[in-house]
Amino acid sequence: MRLYLHFLSIHLRSAMTYRASFFLSCLGHLLTTMNVFFGVVFLLDRFQSIGGYTLPQLALCFSAVLSASGLAECFGRAFDVFHQLLSDARFDRIMVRPRSLVFQALCQEIKPTMFFRFLNGVILLVWAVRSGAVAWTPWKCAVLTLMVLCGALVFFGLYLVNAAVCFFTLEHVEVLNIFTDGAREYSKYPFGVYGRSVLYILTFLVPLALVQHWPLQYLLDRGPAWYGALPLAALAFLLPCALLWRLGVRHYCSTGS
Amino acid sequence: MRKYISFFRMRLMAGLQYRAAALAGLSTQLVWGAMEVLLYRAFWLEHPERFPMGMEALAAYIWLQQAFLTLFSMWSWERDLISSVRTGAVAYELARPVDLYGMWMARSLALRLSRALLRMFPVILIALLIPAPYGLRLWTGGAVLPLFLLSTVLMLLVVCAYTLLIYALTFHLTDPNGIMVLSVAAADLLGGAIVPLPFLPEKLRLLAALSPFGSMQNVPLRIYSGDIPLTDAPAVMGLQVFWILTLVLAGCLLTRSGLRRSVIAGG
Amino acid sequence: MIEMKGISKTYRVRRREAGLTNALRSLFSRGYTQIPALRDMTFTIPDGQIVGYIGPNGAGKSTTIKILCGILRPDSGTCTVDGLVPWASRKQHVSRIGVVFGQRSQLWWDVPVKESFLLLRDIYRIPESVFASTLDRLTDLLDLADLLRTPARMLSLGQRMRCEIAAALLHSPQVLFLDEPTIGLDAVSKLKVREFIREQSRLCGTTVILTTHDMQDIDALCSRVLLVGKGQLLLDGNPAQIRAMAGENLSTEESVADLYRRFGI
Repeated sequence: MRLYLHFLSIHLRSAMTYRASFFLSCLGHLLTTMNVFFGVVFLLDRFQSIGGYTLPQLALCFSAVLSASGLAECFGRAFDVFHQLLSDARFDRIMVRPRSLVFQALCQEIKPTMFFRFLNGVILLVWAVRSGAVAWTPWKCAVLTLMVLCGALVFFGLYLVNAAVCFFTLEHVEVLNIFTDGAREYSKYPFGVYGRSVLYILTFLVPLALVQHWPLQYLLDRGPAWYGALPLAALAFLLPCALLWRLGVRHYCSTGS
Repeated sequence: MRKYISFFRMRLMAGLQYRAAALAGLSTQLVWGAMEVLLYRAFWLEHPERFPMGMEALAAYIWLQQAFLTLFSMWSWERDLISSVRTGAVAYELARPVDLYGMWMARSLALRLSRALLRMFPVILIALLIPAPYGLRLWTGGAVLPLFLLSTVLMLLVVCAYTLLIYALTFHLTDPNGIMVLSVAAADLLGGAIVPLPFLPEKLRLLAALSPFGSMQNVPLRIYSGDIPLTDAPAVMGLQVFWILTLVLAGCLLTRSGLRRSVIAGG
Repeated sequence: MIEMKGISKTYRVRRREAGLTNALRSLFSRGYTQIPALRDMTFTIPDGQIVGYIGPNGAGKSTTIKILCGILRPDSGTCTVDGLVPWASRKQHVSRIGVVFGQRSQLWWDVPVKESFLLLRDIYRIPESVFASTLDRLTDLLDLADLLRTPARMLSLGQRMRCEIAAALLHSPQVLFLDEPTIGLDAVSKLKVREFIREQSRLCGTTVILTTHDMQDIDALCSRVLLVGKGQLLLDGNPAQIRAMAGENLSTEESVADLYRRFGI
């Protein structure tokens, strides 16, 4: 852990040497994230409601996923540039150090600005919570926390898969962005709004609906209490992700760079 | 001129090699398009009377947006270009008998075009097969197609001119990252990526129209879908030309002065 | 002790040809060529030896180094370094070796060299007291005192290489792999680096495997030379033997060139 903080401080100091740019990119990141939400605001301004959900409820939905993905991004965004590590042969250097490969990979690129997305999510979450869209009980608060934490882990698993795929193809493959960036983008509405097929894919294939749609139904008193425990089931997703990573490393060791 | 064209060709061919990425990008585009259409469908089923454009026009807009995404996307910066400016390696380009801005432009155009060519046709083909009103419908009216194609070319030039302006600014700024991130966000909002411009509130629509972003993806997509009537098209396209000229001029000037500076400073 | 027995490795590389039609064609089908990199490589290196590993480009030198580091798995054969199989016990093996890749720096670019060293201390979990004394010794021997506060990107090649070597030795490894360490260095730096390697091996008993094209490195440092060509070990001897094989009064450089010709590599 100390090692991670050490890496973090180096990255931070590196970034802060360019102060104006740092400030501008923070602003830019803020705008980028809020852009997604602005879309919701504009549309609801025009249409008032969708699927029976009001703006504060949608804000709750979106901010939970935003916080989850923001949290995962603080650590996992490094995997976005993982293919560069492979093409630069920097991964060889990582392999020659006596630490976990995953850990070292995520230390390679720590973007302090990513933390702001998490912060953004939390602020929006606080607003949504206080707007009175939900009748809060201790169990419901716990469910909300689970949504964020388990969601973060699911996103992290997706980042890991994204990186693992780089082992098998030298080019930068975007498929997983459908689920990482796409999930963040489209989670502004509960996944049920998009139709049944989308909902089922996101329940059984990549369990994002287990951390957004179903627990949300419970929070809005539209579903039974056990829906609130579904985020925990989503954690099973991490197993195939870790497996793919290991396979990827093995493949790298067999074929060289 | 020939050297720019052969440079363009070389880059185009190089770009066409990335098939795994293209395939993955294709699937991304299809999913994105589907999600957007599903979303607007949900709104349309509930409140059809408040739609500023028809569902068919909107679906056409969305699918074309996905098909041409790589042509106008602001987030695909050419990082090696930027780092060559920052490290001063770009000064070596002066050893070649070409104009730097011209070369950059040829390169950017080729890059965007090669990426788009790989993905465009499959997306369009599949979108054509989707039943109305959620799919891509053919254009209505004879003059629409040529105007659409022309404004697409203009749009590509506007986008390239804008990105080249940012690269040129890199000569004069220590770190262009901040402006780049801000540009992406602004382009998304004011260009019609978040929601198509007709859905934006009044004031933002005005802001978009006054900025270069409003002359990007917004114009050809709405010409095709019929949202911009043929009578208005020349005026809007004239605005595109204005932005091209302005941005290219600014970019050229900044590049020249920047190169002069980096040669003096020793890179 | 390093033991390699019968190590073989073949790469599969995708074929790419020029021209627009070929580029389009490759969208639909693939072709592979097999490139044998190593064939039945066998040798043993006792502790504390400085070994020169030479051969023309493409002979299989970096493949061997990667296998010894644990980065690459061979197709067949066995290999142990101090009883450990490199690619099987990666973390354990790697904490005992140091690697300097000539072209790629392991120092962090924008921060002072000392910061990079501190980070490496954390990565290798070196106890504070051990780290302090090792750093002092290395700073002294490699003349790094003025360089520690400078960011790596501002150092000259010679200065950077000295820091690289120090970085590779901070955790006191048993084995040191040097991949072209003197490439691009000026004469003074080369002498300093050679002197240091000699001392390091003598004082700490570090086994050194040196890949180089510079025959003066070989003359100055190596008691043993392994000549590799087309993936096979062609010669295993000392510099004097090499010169003897080639002919009278030839320098080591000329002898080696002669040997390349003779072996057809």
